[in-house]
Amino acid sequence: MSDIKTTIRDFIIDNFLFGDTSQAIEDDTSLIDNGYVDSTGVLELVFHIEQSFGIKVADNEIVPANLDSVGAIAAYVENKQRSAAA
Amino acid sequence: MSGFSLESLVIDAEAEVARITAAMRNQLRSDLRRRGLVLGLSGGIDSSVCAALAVKAVGPERVFGLFMPENDSDPESLALGRSVAETFGFAAEVEDIGPALAAMGCYDRRDTFIRTLVPDYGTDWSCKVVIADPLAGAGFAVSSLVVQAPTGETEKIRLTAEAYQGIIAATNMKQRTRKQMEYYHADRLNYAVIGTPNLLEYDQGFFVKNGDGAADLKPIAHLYKSQVYQLAAHLGVPENICVRPPTTDTWSMAQSQEEFYFSLPYDRMDLCLYGLNEGVPRDDVAAAAGLSLEQLDAVWADIARKRVATRYLSLPPLLVSAP
Repeated sequence: MSDIKTTIRDFIIDNFLFGDTSQAIEDDTSLIDNGYVDSTGVLELVFHIEQSFGIKVADNEIVPANLDSVGAIAAYVENKQRSAAA
Repeated sequence: MSGFSLESLVIDAEAEVARITAAMRNQLRSDLRRRGLVLGLSGGIDSSVCAALAVKAVGPERVFGLFMPENDSDPESLALGRSVAETFGFAAEVEDIGPALAAMGCYDRRDTFIRTLVPDYGTDWSCKVVIADPLAGAGFAVSSLVVQAPTGETEKIRLTAEAYQGIIAATNMKQRTRKQMEYYHADRLNYAVIGTPNLLEYDQGFFVKNGDGAADLKPIAHLYKSQVYQLAAHLGVPENICVRPPTTDTWSMAQSQEEFYFSLPYDRMDLCLYGLNEGVPRDDVAAAAGLSLEQLDAVWADIARKRVATRYLSLPPLLVSAP
């Protein structure tokens, strides 16, 4: 779980914040409410998740409950990986 | 029982026309120092109303209209545009921007990005970009590509960020080329260029920066879309324009504005935006717009997100410090 979070957090800092680490992105920091990710950014995030973790994100899974924070994304990815392995 | 409804957006059309045309004359004389007005005519309600206002403001002999079809335009748009120039008696010309767009690679660039998702996409196919319905669930407004093969078969594919941005960048050449042509004629005639956004489009950033967003004056940017229709009726805009559903007329497949950008048809969007701007109670707005409270929250959240995402469209170039 912590590896997934690190990967996601690094991507967000690198891709959306130009490497600025002065803003704390906690596990429950809202990526939307804080303006880090918009509708185009979500497409980038989904692509990154699919490439990094080898999962396929369905259209109906592109919802804030799965993608609005580092913690939510990590839980979603873990769940998808568990389902794929079962 | 609340009294909030579309009736709340009814304006005194005659007084509003007088106010707008007086402002336009004053802007031309005092601020812009130009001798007339140029505008593009799309066959839609906004440009038609702006044309009628321009004629009222400065007379038909000082208004010049442009019809600017391109390869994906609906032929009906040109016919409707012509009817506006004929109705209000001002000069207008056709500038077919298709060859210029083709020469700049607009269509080839767009199709190259489409083929990253649909390798078989050919020049005889058609396409449009659509957003997810924000009322269908608590999702993001992510965009999908819809393609139609010559056989009539259609396919919908979720866009990647790269393909989305590439397709939009290519199609934005259309609005920017039209503006280039408007300013050519404006310079030639010493006229100013009218921008035609209504309040919904202006507020929500539904325009292309340095494309249809560029203008010297925007006479209806303070009016909700349903108020623009009220002015159209007062000014005598041709009926077939008043009943035509709003369209982007940018894609080769037919596309409504709510498919591409807005959450709801314009009259319900007007109610939601007006309610948000004027502090109308949530229950009253939801009832008037035919939405549940949860759906209204989703629309209001979408409005807020679009304001943030498109803010840069209205910004002037940013300086590090004032010179």
